[in-house]
Amino acid sequence: MVEHRHNLWIKKILAHGFLLLFLALILFPFFMVLSISLREGNFATGGLIPDRPTLEHWILAFGFDYTRADGTIIEPPFPVLLWLWNSIKVSTIASAGILLLSTTAAYAFARMKFRGRGALLDSLLIIQMFPASLAVVAIYAIFDALGEVSPLLGIDSHVSLVLAYISGITLHVWTIKGYFDSIDPALDKAAAIDGASPWQTFRYIFLPLSLPILAVVFVLAFIFMIGEYPVASVLLRETDQMTLAIGARQYLQENNYRWGDFAAAAILSGLPITIVFLYAQKFLVAGLSDGGVKG
Amino acid sequence: MTVATQPAIGKTIFYWAALVTFVVLTLYMAWILMTAGEQGIGLIVLAISLSAAVIFASPKLYTQRFVFPGILAVLIFILVPVLYTSYLGFTNYGGRNLLDFDSATKYHLALREVDQDNEQAFNLVRSEQGFQIWLPDQSLLSEPFMTGHSEPLATSSAETPENLLSVRDVVQNRSLLQEVSIDTPDGVLRASGLRSFAPITPVYEQVDDNTLRNRSTGELLIANHETGFYEFESGEQIAPGWKVHVGWANFARVLGSESIRAPMVTIFIWTMTFAFLSMLFTFAVGLVLAMVLQWEHLRGKAIYRVMLILPYAVPAFISILVFRGLFNQNFGEINFILSSIFGIKPAWFTDPTLARAMTLIVNTWLGYPYMMLLAMGYLQSIPQDHYKAAALEGASPVRTFFTITLPQLLPPFAPLLIANFAFNFNNIVLILLLTSGLPDIPGTTIQAGYTDLLGSFTYRISFLDSGQNFGLAGAVTSLIFIVVAVIAYVNFIALSKAANAKGTGR
Repeated sequence: MVEHRHNLWIKKILAHGFLLLFLALILFPFFMVLSISLREGNFATGGLIPDRPTLEHWILAFGFDYTRADGTIIEPPFPVLLWLWNSIKVSTIASAGILLLSTTAAYAFARMKFRGRGALLDSLLIIQMFPASLAVVAIYAIFDALGEVSPLLGIDSHVSLVLAYISGITLHVWTIKGYFDSIDPALDKAAAIDGASPWQTFRYIFLPLSLPILAVVFVLAFIFMIGEYPVASVLLRETDQMTLAIGARQYLQENNYRWGDFAAAAILSGLPITIVFLYAQKFLVAGLSDGGVKG
Repeated sequence: MTVATQPAIGKTIFYWAALVTFVVLTLYMAWILMTAGEQGIGLIVLAISLSAAVIFASPKLYTQRFVFPGILAVLIFILVPVLYTSYLGFTNYGGRNLLDFDSATKYHLALREVDQDNEQAFNLVRSEQGFQIWLPDQSLLSEPFMTGHSEPLATSSAETPENLLSVRDVVQNRSLLQEVSIDTPDGVLRASGLRSFAPITPVYEQVDDNTLRNRSTGELLIANHETGFYEFESGEQIAPGWKVHVGWANFARVLGSESIRAPMVTIFIWTMTFAFLSMLFTFAVGLVLAMVLQWEHLRGKAIYRVMLILPYAVPAFISILVFRGLFNQNFGEINFILSSIFGIKPAWFTDPTLARAMTLIVNTWLGYPYMMLLAMGYLQSIPQDHYKAAALEGASPVRTFFTITLPQLLPPFAPLLIANFAFNFNNIVLILLLTSGLPDIPGTTIQAGYTDLLGSFTYRISFLDSGQNFGLAGAVTSLIFIVVAVIAYVNFIALSKAANAKGTGR
């Protein structure tokens, strides 16, 4: 393309200027939160750089008591690290469950002929649009009733939450099937000639070949569940059972407003999740274009 | 590649052992559930057990073994809750009607009332064989008792005993006192407090299957199986009631009663507007950024890209709460800046228009990186020749965008935009965490807010302010399902079209 050198310079400056201005606007909340986490108390306002920086909120977020200069001892308001652990535990188990249930189905849809295959696939695509968050009333009612039989399947049980999260399977069947479709059919034929059963073809050829997409699906499911709010908020009531997503809200209640404590806890718990996401996102773009997952 | 041609005997045994164990376990679960009164869930587990047994035992159904677990999960975890939600729309299930009829009847029959006219003081006495009750007014002493005594204790006249215990000891043994009843000439007495015993009698007695009588007033309570409550003749209802089918009553309330329909219409229009504008704004911002980032002369693309997707990488529930704090009218940093520069303090959470604007600002912030990532991918698939031709013809950048970029971008983007619309249609996480639906619309019988989406509205009806009105929530959710089904169908058509255009035969 022919460009005048002078014009190009102006354009470059404009482009960088636009991007930097936009970034300043977009990243403002992050800088603000960092600053707030270092301020004294929970109601202090002020500029970007705190007047008298303190690690009070950070020490509380890590779960230790903090002693102020005047000798008052402050206890951590909430068990942030326990919440983070609950989130990671539930999300890991549920994501593994989803992988387990969706890979075999994806294999059958990609490679086997059976009656109703097309219809089932289409229904999955439509059912996928109905998020579990819409059925919270029923989910609550079902687990409330099951809790009468066994507390393990009742309200405030992580088992219940994992079971409710398995509903995320539909989209992932499609994603994995898409990947299986791209595997060369000659491989199956070679295996079949060697006398491998479909199960053996799946177990010894497809699974090892599709490790990358399985990792992507795992991370996608994991990130979705870490951030899931409606279902968890209905099923978990006890402070110690909460996941991070519902626990974090406790900081900003109207009658118990802990802005500074929240800021430190948010960075502490959000950072590992953000890093995982940034690391995984280069693998995710392909998976994303197969359907909206996070918005 | 070495692939075992025949499964080893050990594996076969393991397979059958696992299957038998699974079937036996699920059958046992089904049995427990059914005997515990959960017939519906029990039947589902029974069906799982039997179908698993058939599919995994019959060689003919080999293919189905692969599909079964996944399909089963979809049926149980999505279809059942969705259908059950709609079903609840036809019942009065809710905070006042949580129980079934038998449990509700039991609850009322277990209600006791204290006869306060005949209340008398007592002392707890330590004796060699446990405790005794001493009634000073009548000089009566009970026989000794320990834990687990359920029969009324006999009493006899006696002198004032020596080892009267203090109130502190009574407090320590209060659970023991709850179990004890004593037989006196005035009838059976129970502890009515930490200092007194009194005759305690059931409030109601059962007359027949559907009728209770108040023992002191003689009034009759008759079970009304239409409303799910025991009712006095005056029509007054006694909570708790039980779950009954109410037909279309909840739907009639939503669509017919003016005080619910008006806010429902407001919420519906706002939900559609919110979803559409969110989609439009995120798409526009994402596309502009993607085009700038694609520019060949731009340096530092990688860094810009990572910084620009940060809002997407941070868990949404954290960013939303951060914004909730930043927008706070009195303590928030946004108003701090606005008031120091312009001297204004907008009421982000109490003014309907500002609150709606805030939800859109926050949602655009959250959603543009996703659109940007997708747009970057699709922009690359537009042939460079088209741009070169346009440049040679002297077309302005704006014209190039509307005649080349957008028309080639929209077809592959359509299904994603529809999916995004559907996502935002149900974006209740944003609303619940940011505004909780507030500010409320004035003059409604059920609390409904200006920023409420249909989904967050049902969440509020069922779990927040109006007190577990599950039946009504079920009815509203059924209406949401219809809208979502339409969107899902449109999306499905768009997907098929996009697939045909791509030729991947999806």
